[in-house]
Amino acid sequence: MGGRDATMVLLDENGVRCDGRKIDETRRIMIRAGGLKNADGSAYIEFGDNKILVGVFGPRDVHPKHMSNTDTGILRVRYHMEPFSVGERKNPAPSRREIEISKVIKEALEPAVMLEKFPRTAVDVFIEVLQADGGTRCAALTAASVALADAGIPMRDMVAAVASGKVADTIILDVNNEEDQAGQADMPIGYMPSLNKITLLQLDGVLTPDEYKKCVDVGVKGCKIVYELQKKALKDKYFGNGGD
Amino acid sequence: MMDNKRKYVIPGDVVTTGPFRPEQNVILEGEKIISTTIGISEIYEDSVRVITLTGKYIPKIDDLVIGKVNSHTSLSWELDINSCYVGFLPAQDVFGRDFSAHSDELATKLKTGDLVAARIANFDRTRDPLVTISDRDLGKIDSGDLVKISPSKVPRLIGKRGSMIQMIEMATNAAVTIGQNGWVVVSCETTEGLLKAKKAIEMVDQKAHVVNLTDQIKEMLEIKDDET
Repeated sequence: MGGRDATMVLLDENGVRCDGRKIDETRRIMIRAGGLKNADGSAYIEFGDNKILVGVFGPRDVHPKHMSNTDTGILRVRYHMEPFSVGERKNPAPSRREIEISKVIKEALEPAVMLEKFPRTAVDVFIEVLQADGGTRCAALTAASVALADAGIPMRDMVAAVASGKVADTIILDVNNEEDQAGQADMPIGYMPSLNKITLLQLDGVLTPDEYKKCVDVGVKGCKIVYELQKKALKDKYFGNGGD
Repeated sequence: MMDNKRKYVIPGDVVTTGPFRPEQNVILEGEKIISTTIGISEIYEDSVRVITLTGKYIPKIDDLVIGKVNSHTSLSWELDINSCYVGFLPAQDVFGRDFSAHSDELATKLKTGDLVAARIANFDRTRDPLVTISDRDLGKIDSGDLVKISPSKVPRLIGKRGSMIQMIEMATNAAVTIGQNGWVVVSCETTEGLLKAKKAIEMVDQKAHVVNLTDQIKEMLEIKDDET
């Protein structure tokens, strides 16, 4: 991994973070729906220095057949990091971490996706991380949700995700790589804005109950910002710029 | 009636609140009626629906579909109907009730790769859709070009009471068979008419959300008429 600067100040006395952001500011986010011709739905996201491409296939036949469920469709998610996505080459074989992230993203999308409409089928979500810079799971979840909507899979709501955390005893929004490595806590949150429900919540670090509540509030607020961009990406693709 | 306002929606958007009946592509969540897909919402006197702009074809009983023969066993054919399920066409449907697996060979009637106009006879969650070709205008399609469009744009291609497709057929002298699954077969005696009809259909697919699409198509067809 990239060399860590031991003298780096994560948060200065003016409340400015190591990359110049304020404590409640996200990185630059760009989402684009569509782009892959052969996938049923796709999305590309740039979340700060994260670059992630998502393709969705389905609903389609389940192979191997024994995985199919006669009551409902199934969701399969593969989160994969390219060997060139990080500083030092990453082995392309699925790592323990990638398997875990695939699982949490799948479970974060399941409450939103109405798979019961397609029994005996599968929806496959392929997430390729082209460039990673902390918070890929949130960015990947955000993009996966846009790609699913693009594929026309019925959904109760979009899922927007962003991480909040604690750095230099302050609760911050959208943890970047440096803050993740040297910070005190990191809390990825997946959130369905219209239904007001949280679908993903992980926490790495230690928070007091008060800090925990604040961290969730800050994260949810961030998710609402991300949601607006998801909305814009889909409306741009389907309704041109005149959408709404 | 004044509330029949069309709105662009994406999944999770609240279409309206109040005592409405949720119809296609919407769910009732407490008081709110929420869209489940990307599309255009329509509010009627007592119901709400969203016309989807994306997604795969989901079979519905009595839909006319265009299928492509995938394979067959000694008892039935399997049709690719551009859906997540395969169409199941039993041999009795073609050979009649006295069909015998010993004496009748399925390949004599329909071969792999043949196009078929079929109707969905039965479909439920538990089984693959059962299709039939024993009806007027159904059966093997011998000639014509296959055009694939998005299934969600089929209603747009047909138009109000078939206005759009009638216009294309009149202007090009082509015969167009539209499957609800987004597969369209165009046949025409002249190559020119065929190409023009295909172009018009592709244009509908690409510009389905445009408001004055009918005028644009008309213009495209007529301008071409003047040139020839």
